[in-house]
Amino acid sequence: MWMEIGTVSEIPKLGARVVESAGGDIAIFRTADDEIFALFDSCPHKGGALSQGIVHGKAVACPLHNWNIDLVSGEVQGPDNGCSRTVAVSVNGDVIRLQMPDVKATGTSG
Amino acid sequence: MKQKLIVIGNGMAGMRTVEEILNRDADKYDITVFGSEPRENYNRIMLSPVLSGDVSYEDIIINSREWYSENDITLHAGETVTAIDADAKTVTAESGETMAYDKLLLATGSDPFIIPVPGTDLDGVVTFRDLDDVNRMLDAAKSGGSAVVIGGGLLGLEAAVGLKANGMDVTVVHLMDTLMERQLDEAAGYLLASELEGRGLTVLTGANTKAVLGDDKITGLQLDDGTTIDADLVVMAVGIKPNVALAKDVGLDVGRGVVINDQMQTSNPDIFAVGECVEHRGATYGLVAPLYEMGRILADHLTGDDPVAYEGSVTSTKLKVTGVDVFSAGDFSGGEGAEDIVFRDAARGVYKRVVIRDNKIEGAVLYGDAKDGAWYFQLMKVHADISDMRETLIFGQAYDGGAQADPNAAVAALADDAEICGCNGITKGDIVTAITENGLTSLEEVKAHTKASASCGGCSGLVDELLAVTLGDDYEVQTIKPMCGCTLHSHDDVRRLIMTKEMKSIPEIMQELEWSTPDGCSSCRPALNYYLLCAWPTEYTDDNQSRFINERVHANIQKDGTFSVVPRMWGGMTSADELRAIADVVDKFEIPAVKVTGGQRLDLFGVHKKDLPGVWADLNAAGMVSGHAYGKSLRTVKTCAGEQWCRFGTQDSIDMGIQLEKMSWGSWTPHKFKMAVSGCPRNCAEATIKDFGVVAVDSGYELHVGGNGGIDVRVTDYLCTVESEAEVLEYAGAYMQIYREEARYLERTAPWVERVGLDHIKANLVDDAENRKALYERFQISQKALQEDPWSERAKGTKDAHEFMPLKIVA
Repeated sequence: MWMEIGTVSEIPKLGARVVESAGGDIAIFRTADDEIFALFDSCPHKGGALSQGIVHGKAVACPLHNWNIDLVSGEVQGPDNGCSRTVAVSVNGDVIRLQMPDVKATGTSG
Repeated sequence: MKQKLIVIGNGMAGMRTVEEILNRDADKYDITVFGSEPRENYNRIMLSPVLSGDVSYEDIIINSREWYSENDITLHAGETVTAIDADAKTVTAESGETMAYDKLLLATGSDPFIIPVPGTDLDGVVTFRDLDDVNRMLDAAKSGGSAVVIGGGLLGLEAAVGLKANGMDVTVVHLMDTLMERQLDEAAGYLLASELEGRGLTVLTGANTKAVLGDDKITGLQLDDGTTIDADLVVMAVGIKPNVALAKDVGLDVGRGVVINDQMQTSNPDIFAVGECVEHRGATYGLVAPLYEMGRILADHLTGDDPVAYEGSVTSTKLKVTGVDVFSAGDFSGGEGAEDIVFRDAARGVYKRVVIRDNKIEGAVLYGDAKDGAWYFQLMKVHADISDMRETLIFGQAYDGGAQADPNAAVAALADDAEICGCNGITKGDIVTAITENGLTSLEEVKAHTKASASCGGCSGLVDELLAVTLGDDYEVQTIKPMCGCTLHSHDDVRRLIMTKEMKSIPEIMQELEWSTPDGCSSCRPALNYYLLCAWPTEYTDDNQSRFINERVHANIQKDGTFSVVPRMWGGMTSADELRAIADVVDKFEIPAVKVTGGQRLDLFGVHKKDLPGVWADLNAAGMVSGHAYGKSLRTVKTCAGEQWCRFGTQDSIDMGIQLEKMSWGSWTPHKFKMAVSGCPRNCAEATIKDFGVVAVDSGYELHVGGNGGIDVRVTDYLCTVESEAEVLEYAGAYMQIYREEARYLERTAPWVERVGLDHIKANLVDDAENRKALYERFQISQKALQEDPWSERAKGTKDAHEFMPLKIVA
């Protein structure tokens, strides 16, 4: 389900805002070129809030231990391994829409 | 359709096999893992350092639960498999759930061996196998008392040293006459026993346990010669036995372990086994390197059709006890036809023995100096003929062929397939390739890329030497270190160029100095932001997006994502009104914890981000401002009671501290900056471990610089003595300014003072009054721009409101 969640101008350049959803917080990032990306707001390392990190290029550095997460794929960059779940985004003019994930799908197996 | 692979055992062997399978073909199997321990997969060989407190459990987790879900592996942690039906190809778990497999992997590991004497079921007897055992030992150690470790092998000695580190009186009881007799000969065992006794442990060899004493809880241990030893804890570490129960039940061939062929296949073609539970060509293994080798070969077999064969492993051993350098490999029992070459240096506590048969190395024992272990091990594995180097063999590789003793020669001469990291099976070739291909320059980087020295760390010295050998001259010229991966310029170059080129924004610097990334990284951006605001205090506009979260929202992020709030208490003074306001804030915002900090103020923990402006508004209303406890900035000025109250006080330290704090608060610095003022030489404010410390004496004030608590405690250097409060302020301001202008971002004053030297600081501050006054003036100019309470404008909602509110809340 696509949902309007706000506008590009509400997010600082090289910054992030949070959308609180039933399935967990989603971090919405804005790059220097005004590209918008969305990831679940949790670092694959220790669950740090990626929305609080420093955005650079198309990546964000987690505020807890400085792991760098690729905004496009959600993959951890560099030597470490792991992945944050991505959320599909569409931008029309200034308006951002998210494809809201199915709540059930966010649970982990095991 | 994917085949179903069920793995019984969530330990190192099973999960390494799964990793190797995923690396080869992630889509071939639908993988389910059962583990009896209720937790993720961790590095069991690192339990010893967890016990001794060198690392925490979190540090030794290999694969987090997220990893399992990301790789679509279903993990049943804490669920034991109770039965296998080989005909129906199903397993049944203790929950009763039955699940079908196409391929089954047994990685059930081993169980600690419990000696058959009375009393081993009493409360207080533990084994040393998993994290629960470590926690039981740590719990027992909390109340002190004495521990007996039964078993003087690798595991037992690591347990003994760990318990000693936790404050217990420890006795090691060992059945054989020599400690670690499987790895060490008598001489090395003797040296090891002396070393451990020197550390306060009691070592009893040739000691046979007769019974564990006690009614419900143990009270001690009795040996068969009648000796009794008091004990509150008994650790059973006499060995392990392969866990073969399931394999036996299902009718697989079982000897000492589950019998496997060279493809890790059991007597049932769809059931495989790896790790400590197996028996291969008559051998069982309890060390990690062979397990990893088995995992690689099984993964090859399960994902491709290359006929690969496991041919058994030659193993070597190192003891993971800090400061004890022990290596052993191969067979050193001697016997007919075996020749010994022995080197002893009693004064240095060095013993080396190489056993040779038919001009080939058969075994080696090194004690006290084990750096040639890898070399001997390599010669042994490839069955090298050593006749040509026999005369110098015992002196190590550096002397091979009469060459000069270059400290790096040993590692330089190693063959590419020589194993450097035994824990992870990483060869010299792997490390050298990683260094050259990825441009690595530090141990940390090598560790991250190859996992070499990431497990027990015993090979970190070798990795360092490999870096030196591989990088050659580059390793030497690395003294000019680039700021980060985005530039070739050093911190000092960038600062100098900011001034000479008059660069005034981050994008301008990145453009002019040819940054290799579009907008830097989380390492260079905060540094550049600081350098610019220091260089252009009246012009530069702070770039909030280049600040770490703490400085961006003026509070400290905690591990659960909440924040902590520390209001400033000038010189450590507070009042009934302030305390009342703080108490009201705590109640109103349901703040879960309040802690007195080491800097004489209160820390409110667990504040939700959205509540921060409200908390600040209420604190502001009571006259309190930000304490900057979150910043690379002036933190606190600690004071003692001083002349106002103390019968020993010589000066008014509280008032001096308040004046210093009023002058310097709000200042951004390369790293955090702490001050203290003591009212007399008793120094109750601990001023001599602060960045700037003042100790009052009858005649005035002694000034001290460059102190530091933290990891590397450093006592301050004495700078000079001054007479008046005004001079204290001038020196403090000038000192902060020279630190602000010269130190590299994230460099504390202690390493900075050591780098530039105290003389440099004296020359600028003490000997050159004009320069001191100029520095002080620049400090004051910069303070004019900075002394505005960051909480107040955010509490009013006039600045950065977006930081504290979600973009949207979706129900």
